[in-house]
Amino acid sequence: MVDVALQSSRTATAQAGRKRAGLRNALRRKSMSAFLMTLPLILLIAVLVIYPALYSLHLATLNKAMTKFVGFGNFEFLFKRETFWLVVKQSCIFAISAVVFKALIGFIVAHFVHNVPANKQRKWRGMLLVPWVIPPAMSTLAWLWLFDPSYSAFNYTLSFFGLGPIPWTGDAMWARFSVILVNVWYGAPFFMIMYLAALKSVPEQLYEAAAIDGANWWQRIWYVTLPMMRNIIAITTLFSLIVTFANFDIVRILTAGGPLDHTHIFATWAFRVGIEGSDIPLGASVSLFMVPILAVAAIFILRDITKRGNES
Amino acid sequence: MSTVTIDKSGPTRKVKYGSMSRDRTWALRWSYFFLTLFAIFSLVPPFYMLITSLKSSAEISAATNPWWVYHPTLSNYVELLTSNQFLRFFWNSAWVSIIVVTITMLISVPAAFALARMKFWGSATLATGVFLTYLIPDSLLFIPLFKMFAVFGDWTGIQLVNRWYVLLFIYPTLTVPFCTWIMIGYFASIPKELDEAAIIDGASWFQTLTRIFIPVALPGLIAATIFAFTVSWAQFLYPLVFTTSTDQLVLPVGIITTLIKGDVFNWGQIMTGALLGAAPPLIIYAFLMDYYIAGLTAGATKG
Repeated sequence: MVDVALQSSRTATAQAGRKRAGLRNALRRKSMSAFLMTLPLILLIAVLVIYPALYSLHLATLNKAMTKFVGFGNFEFLFKRETFWLVVKQSCIFAISAVVFKALIGFIVAHFVHNVPANKQRKWRGMLLVPWVIPPAMSTLAWLWLFDPSYSAFNYTLSFFGLGPIPWTGDAMWARFSVILVNVWYGAPFFMIMYLAALKSVPEQLYEAAAIDGANWWQRIWYVTLPMMRNIIAITTLFSLIVTFANFDIVRILTAGGPLDHTHIFATWAFRVGIEGSDIPLGASVSLFMVPILAVAAIFILRDITKRGNES
Repeated sequence: MSTVTIDKSGPTRKVKYGSMSRDRTWALRWSYFFLTLFAIFSLVPPFYMLITSLKSSAEISAATNPWWVYHPTLSNYVELLTSNQFLRFFWNSAWVSIIVVTITMLISVPAAFALARMKFWGSATLATGVFLTYLIPDSLLFIPLFKMFAVFGDWTGIQLVNRWYVLLFIYPTLTVPFCTWIMIGYFASIPKELDEAAIIDGASWFQTLTRIFIPVALPGLIAATIFAFTVSWAQFLYPLVFTTSTDQLVLPVGIITTLIKGDVFNWGQIMTGALLGAAPPLIIYAFLMDYYIAGLTAGATKG
């Protein structure tokens, strides 16, 4: 340490004249090394994210053999197909209802966990987060087995209550319900954890003040908890909307889009058309329809983040 | 809380105090009741995996209570863990995940350091861009990426499609943006005085990173590592698209494509495979729960 200090002071006196040049040099080196440090990141994003995103725009304008430019031909073809509109409708139903239920269940469960004495919260939180930890492809297999047409454990249980066997994945409406149920099961813990973190950050004094003013529990949630959690609720919901809208694993494994395309969403239908049907341009066009809703959600998230960045 | 202390003052209020505390006990009881319900809902599928994995095929097709195992057997485990194919899936998954975690850390830690500390032209825009990249889902990119790698193979003769190592190029697109983003948050929270002191003592930027930033932000680093590992382990769409030969498959795709033969579901083995596939993330979660949760909440609350 002493050596270094002595050395630097000596160089400082010796090179006082060249100090300015040295500083500029160091600055240049700094920005140069900073650029080199971010270069792998920039290359990765440019080559494997931005380029493919633009490439899919190009692919969407080609014919099936990818030899001819057809402009908006693929989109015109899609607009005329009934299945496409079915997929649009199902994607919206799937994403919106799953996100609403995830947010509601997450909110309620977070409150219950928050109610419990602090030393027991860890245990409950640990159990309730398990669905989020298991890879969705693996847990969906368990659900598929729970929904099995002939050996369904759910139907076995329901038969004790006199309820007939339910065609969990066989009937269009029930299949949609099952797909949403599995998604809610998988995603609700994420909301729970986010809301729990937000609940813990609400100052206790606010509740005390509200209690002194005679607020009942509903008023406390409506006037204290919700306004304090507004930011987290908004950003978690938007995140989840993106992820749910782009979901693939659950629908693919549980129903593979069936029965009769009645559970297909954009991702699974794009896979069916583009990879299994080897019509890559059409598949690319289908997945491009996810962009508008993703863009809207991304803009809102970004606005929130820059706003918070400015505040801090 | 404060009302409780006020209530203690008068004997007439004693009754009120009692009812308040009774309300609280009831609220607590209801909380436990509903938490138990939700915990059952959460744990039914993994529990059922475990139950089924311990059954023989004969017991699975028998009309007994599906929620209980009467003649537990480990034959499914023995069969899978001695099958070369299954072990191959497991090793493929393990290799892909470990290498991807390494690549991710090598890319995102220096980048996050540069973006958090060394302000340069365009660094703020780049940080925002990294975050936006994180929002682009895999289901948007799999078709163009597949075509890209096929064209790349035609041009250069290097065939990457249907090789497990193609995933090493693709998975970082999922892990690097998020890890960089949370590492920027962790690095930015380190006081400036610390690295200024290091620079004054004559440390280079690289030394500042390895001697100061990485040790101080170690919890963030662990959280990012866990995230990268769980994402690579759980990824299903990319391996499904890019790999088809059975010796190139990773675990999730391997279980689904090889254990399901046509309409024949060997449920005992499928559930065993699924449980073994879920085990590594679950074990990590059991031991490092706090880091796991830190990583989960950091993405949205930091920055």
